[in-house]
Order: sequence, then C-alpha cells, then structure tokens
Amino acid sequence: MTITQFILLGAALFSIGVYGLLTRRNAVLVLLSVEVMLAAVTINLVAFDRHVADQLAGGQVFALFTIAIGAAEVGIGLAIVLLIFRNRRTSNVDDLELLKL
Amino acid sequence: MSFDDWLSTSENWVFLVIALPMLAAAVKLVTTTNVVHAALYLVGTLAASAAMLILLGAEFVGWTVVLISIGAVVVLFLFGIMITRAPMGREVTLSHPRNVKIAAAAVSFALFALIGFAVIDAFSAQPLTEPADATRTGDLGAVLFTRFVIPFEAISVLLLAALIGGIVLARRDPGSGEGGGL
Repeated sequence: MTITQFILLGAALFSIGVYGLLTRRNAVLVLLSVEVMLAAVTINLVAFDRHVADQLAGGQVFALFTIAIGAAEVGIGLAIVLLIFRNRRTSNVDDLELLKL
Repeated sequence: MSFDDWLSTSENWVFLVIALPMLAAAVKLVTTTNVVHAALYLVGTLAASAAMLILLGAEFVGWTVVLISIGAVVVLFLFGIMITRAPMGREVTLSHPRNVKIAAAAVSFALFALIGFAVIDAFSAQPLTEPADATRTGDLGAVLFTRFVIPFEAISVLLLAALIGGIVLARRDPGSGEGGGL
C-alpha cells in the first residue's frame, strides 16, 4: 500500500462531493454531498497519520474531531433547512434569494 | 513501481474491492433522482470509508464512522427528508440544468487533476509503514485525554452548542402555532 492511492481516493471522493454540492438544488441533498466530502477528509487524515507514523496519532484524533463536527453540522444544517421549509414552504436553495437586489 | 507489482499485494486487491464500489456509490449519490436512494448511497459510501479506515489500521476511527455517521447522521438525514417532504419519487428538479452540470463537472475534474498531480509529484509510490505500528485504541484514548484534551473539550462545548441550537431552531413556539425564530 502506498500513501498515493489513499490520497487519490480521497481526492476523487472530495471532487465527487464538490460536483454534488454545485449541481444539487435540494438543500438536504447539498448536505449529503458535504457529508461525502467529510468522509474524504477523514480518509486523508488517517492516511497521513499512517504515513507520518506520529507517536501521538494526531491524524486519527483529528479524524475523530472531524466526525464529531460533521455530526454537529448536519444537526444544525437540517434544523435550518426545516425552519426555512416551515417559513417558505420550499427546500430549493435557488428560491432563497431574499438578499438579491 | 509498476501496476503489476502493485497488484501483486493482497492488501491492494482489498483496497480496489473497497474503493471501486465506494466511488460508484458516491457518483450515484450525486446523480440519483430519488432523495431516499441518495441517503442509502450515503450509507454505502460511509461503510466503504469505514472499511478503508480499518484497512489503514485505524479501527477505532472506522467503528466511530460506523456508529456516528452511519448510525446517527443517516437517520437524521432520513428524518430531514421526511419532514421537509422532499419529493420521494423520481424528480427532475432536484438538480440544476445541464449547463450547470457541465460546469460543475469541469470544476470538480480540475480539482481532482490538481490534487492528483500535486500528490503524485510529492509522494510517488512511497510505501506506508508496516501495520505492526498501527495505533491501538488504548493509545488513542490516552492521547485524546492528555495531549489533545483542550481540543476535545472544545469539541464537547461545540456539540452542546449545536444541540441547544438545533432545539431552538427546530422547536415550534407553543403560542404562535407557526415556527418561531427568524
């Protein structure tokens, strides 16, 4: 196993997440794409942890932190989507253009 | 190192067996026209990523992904899909039109090419250290509560804030009947 294959996998997964983020209109699906990008970041952190062979396992610890922050982000994100849906009757991100002139 | 040499290791076969379905599930996730199927493809992607972490020797992180991401986050997504009444069947308005898709594909491919070029340039086929050095869960816990205790506590406060924020945002005001806030 080489470090390159894992980072390329992470890069591919992250790029797929970026594609989903840019093309999706539904707010829940945008959040799903963000979750894919976070999975890519987790793989990258752990692969670099293995590559550096850190005695403190900093990469794995920060991968755990990333997972925790991802869970918090999904909770708040879905609460905001729910609130917007309640007030505007839509979860389409293109309809949220109140700040446009 | 040639591709044949690379394939001669059994670990790399395991890598391919995990990585190819993972990428396929991720591509289906961003292209499917059914919201519930997208959540199920997310389960596949996260399960494969957990398997990849275990292949890298990070068992605890892998099982944490299974418990938190697959167990909790996906259930949260399914609730979100149900509550916002996202169209359950096939729906074409879930994504942007074709010209946006082409631009997005160009952007994401350029990103992948850039990262790939930089990575291959920097780390061309350096083998990873042997799994004998893999971190044991006990060591990870000891490090988490000594060297990284301040970030750990900061994450705890962040989770508490997210919990309270989620309740405040999603709660209906008893008096008004409509959603409060904003």
